Amino acid sequence: MISGFQIAYKNLLRKKSRTLLTLVGIMLSSWVLVSLLGFNRGYESALNRDIDNMGYQLMVMAKGCPYEAATMMLQGGTGLRYIEQSMVDSIVIRPEVDKVTPILMQAFFDPDKGDGGGIAGYFGVDLTTFPTMKPFFRFRQGGWFHDEQATEAVMGFEAAELEQREVGDMILVPEKNVQLKVVGILERTGTQDDGTIFVPLKTLQRISGIDKITTIGIKVKKDADSAKLEAALYQLPDVQVVSFTQVKQTIMKLVATARVMVLSIAIIALLIAMVGVVNTILMSVLERLQEIGILKTMGAMPGDIFRLVWTETLILCFSGGVAGIGLAFVFARLSDILVRRVLPYAPGGELVAIDLKLALLTLAVIVVVGLLSGIYPAWKAGRVRPLESIRGE
Amino acid sequence: MMTTESGVSLEARGLTRVYRRGSEDIRALDGVSLQIRRGEFVSFMGPSGSGKTTLVNLLGCLDNPTSGELELAGRSIFGGGRILSERELTRIRREVFGYIFQNFYLIPTLTVRENVALPLAFYRKPGVDGEVERLLGLLGMEHRLDHLPGQISGGEMQRVAIARALVNRPEILLADEPTGNLDTKRSEEIGEVLQELNKSAGLTIVMVSHNPNLARLGGRLIEMRDGRAYES
Repeated sequence: MISGFQIAYKNLLRKKSRTLLTLVGIMLSSWVLVSLLGFNRGYESALNRDIDNMGYQLMVMAKGCPYEAATMMLQGGTGLRYIEQSMVDSIVIRPEVDKVTPILMQAFFDPDKGDGGGIAGYFGVDLTTFPTMKPFFRFRQGGWFHDEQATEAVMGFEAAELEQREVGDMILVPEKNVQLKVVGILERTGTQDDGTIFVPLKTLQRISGIDKITTIGIKVKKDADSAKLEAALYQLPDVQVVSFTQVKQTIMKLVATARVMVLSIAIIALLIAMVGVVNTILMSVLERLQEIGILKTMGAMPGDIFRLVWTETLILCFSGGVAGIGLAFVFARLSDILVRRVLPYAPGGELVAIDLKLALLTLAVIVVVGLLSGIYPAWKAGRVRPLESIRGE
Repeated sequence: MMTTESGVSLEARGLTRVYRRGSEDIRALDGVSLQIRRGEFVSFMGPSGSGKTTLVNLLGCLDNPTSGELELAGRSIFGGGRILSERELTRIRREVFGYIFQNFYLIPTLTVRENVALPLAFYRKPGVDGEVERLLGLLGMEHRLDHLPGQISGGEMQRVAIARALVNRPEILLADEPTGNLDTKRSEEIGEVLQELNKSAGLTIVMVSHNPNLARLGGRLIEMRDGRAYES
C-alpha cells in the first residue's frame, strides 16, 4: 500500500524550499568533488598520454637548465643550444636503444601571428626515423614529405586550423623569406604536436644555416634498463639527458600543491553540505515530534523511525549526488577550461576525466557521508516517546 | 480475540501514577481499579487534571504506572514494579490498541488512502488485505480516497483517523477527546460512528471526553475526580 520510501519521500516534499536548498548544496559539492577526482585522474593520464605520444622516453640535448629543456620538449622554446648530429651514431649502437631520431627545433618571430606577433615553432625531423617514433599519427590530408631535402611542411591540426591551410598551400617561414609547400595535415592528437609545423631536418638546417641539431629523441627497448642508459648518456660531452619520467615527476609535484588545495576546498564544501543535511533533517524531525509519536502508537518501532529518517537522508544525498555528477558530466569542458587557467602546465586532451566508475565512487562517497550525517537526527527521532511527544503539543 | 473466558479485556488494580514536578510529587492517578469487558463502550469524564487522560494512557500502554497492576486478557502487563521498555510497550500497542486523538495527526502530504495504510508500513496483522478501502467505505469516505487531508473537513479527518486506528484490527479503540476539535454537528456524527463500530463490530472502545452528550453514548460512564474513578 505505502512503503517507507514513499513516506520519506513525501515528508521531504513538505518543506520544498528547504529541501531544494539542501539538494542544491549537495549537488554543488558533488559537482566539485567529482570534477576534482576526475581531474586527479585526467591530469595524470593526459600527461602520460602527452609523454607517450612524444614517441620516445629519453631526450639528449645540450647542457642547460633542465626546466628549460622540459619546456622545449613540451611547448617549444627559444635560446636554443646545439649538439653535433654525429652524436646520433654513438647513441644508436647502445644495446638498450631501440630507435633514435635527430630533431632540430627552430623558432622564428612571426609579426603576423596574433596581436603584435608571436613565435612560430618549426620541428626539423628525419623522414626515415621520426615517423616510426609516431606510428599513431594519422593524416587528415596528404602525407609525409617526398624526400629529405624537400621544401615541404606537415602541419599539426591546430597549426593548420589557425592559419587556415590546406594541402598544396604555401607557407612563409618568417624572418627567412622561404616558402614551404604544405604536403600533409595531421589529425588532432590532443598533444603539443597539434600546434607544430614539421619540416624535413635537412631543409630546416639549410633554412636556418645550422648544420647541428637541438635534440636526440631515444626510444628505449622494452624491458631495457633505462637508468643504465641514462647514466651512459651522461658520459657524452656537454649534454644533458632528460627522461620523461623525471619531467612527469617534476610537473606532478608542481600540480600536487594546487591539487591538495583544491581537494581541501572540495572536502570543506562537502562538509558544509553535510551540515546542511543534518540541519534539514534535524529541523524536520523536531517539527514532527508529535507525528513521530503517533507513528509509534501505530506500532512503529524505534528502528522503523530511524530507517524512515535515514531514508529521507538517503533520498536527499542520492538525488543531490546524481544531479551534481550529471552537472559535472555536462560541464566537464567548462571545468577543463577553469582548471587549465590555474595550472602551471596543462597537457593536451581531456584534463577532467569522469567515467562511470568514478561517478559511482563519488556517489558512494556522498551517500555514505550523508548517511553518517543522518545518524544523529535519525537516532533522535527513534528515541521519541509517544506520550511525551503528544503531551508536548 | 484477547479476552479471558469471563470476557474481561482489561483489568486494572490499584493503578497509580505520580509525576514529579520540581520538588513536588503530583498524584495524577490514585489507585484506580476497574475492569473493562470485551465489546464495552466505556467513557471517562471529568474536569481537567482529574486523571482521565493519565488513566487512558496507562490502559493503552502509552506509559508505565508508578504502582499497580494491569492485565490484558488475563496476561500481566504492569505489576510488581516492572517497567516496560518503549520497544515492549510498542509490541503490545500494535497488537491490541488503536488510538485516536483530538488532533487528528494525519500526514499532510499523504492521501486519505495512504494515511489509513500508514500503520501497515510498520506492522501488518495477517488478513488485513483490503482493510483500508473497506474501512473508508464503512466510514463514508470512499469518495475521498485520493484527497489530501487539507482538502477534507475536520469531521472527515477524524473519520480517516478512526480508519487508520482500526486498519490493523485492534482489540480496543482508545479515543482521547476525539471530538475536541469539532463542532457540535461533526461531534455527533463521530459519536454515531463510534457507537456503530461498537454495536455492529463489537469493538471495545475506551473514550475520554469533556462532552457529556458524547460520553453518554457509551454504555458505561466513569467519572474521574482527583485521580480516582467513580462509576455512575
